[in-house]
Amino acid sequence: MQVPILKQGGVLIATIQAALSDADLLELRTALVQQVVRYRSTGVIVDVTAMDVMDSFASRTLLEISHMIRLRGAPTVIVGIQPEVAFAMVQLGLTLEDIPTALDLEEGLAYLQQKSRNIN
Amino acid sequence: MAADTQILITSDKDVVTARQQGRAMALQTGFSASEATLIATAISELARNIVSYANQGSVTLKPVHGTNGASGLTIVASDSGPGIADVNLALRDGYSSSGGLGLGLPGVRRLMDEFDIASGAGSGTTVTITKWLP
Repeated sequence: MQVPILKQGGVLIATIQAALSDADLLELRTALVQQVVRYRSTGVIVDVTAMDVMDSFASRTLLEISHMIRLRGAPTVIVGIQPEVAFAMVQLGLTLEDIPTALDLEEGLAYLQQKSRNIN
Repeated sequence: MAADTQILITSDKDVVTARQQGRAMALQTGFSASEATLIATAISELARNIVSYANQGSVTLKPVHGTNGASGLTIVASDSGPGIADVNLALRDGYSSSGGLGLGLPGVRRLMDEFDIASGAGSGTTVTITKWLP
């Protein structure tokens, strides 16, 4: 299950469309980091609306994606965490620490726009 | 009542299958979407442990009835891998032998109502967890 990555201006948008295996998540990590470099992206959005479960491996991989991309100077926003998934994550002890999250794609894009405006 | 279902776990793809079947059975048992997600998350953690540490094993989903008339779902994750030398250490938050977040087993225990682990070095690991319908 490959995750499509769309380029919209300086932002990359990865939309997870079904449950992902661990290998799929690692593939997404590699693809995103490569494309951030290739397109000199200024921000990344990962839309997890369709993710059935956010367990420790998925959380760790999203954290790694965010940290790697931050080292390239770009922020990553996670959008679309479903309420029941959030409920399970907190009980499990997963908080995604310092990764910004937003309600949906629109809010995620607004967050990135505001952030780049603050820099310029 | 649904029959027991056993899912063989040999790769990361089976982790996804196990948690999806677990969610389906949880919903069928009468759990809410939110509780079904808790159960699916716990299954995902246990099934991944099997792949990571033992290469292969199985996850069995069992609808159960308690003595007080309660219904629930029991999940047995079993492997004949290397086992856990120090079970108490593995149940401690933040401890990981694989460079993970160290939330796997203690996290699973928090998600479920009952948690039991039988393991020893060289004798495999069996984790049995149960969630009761509220």
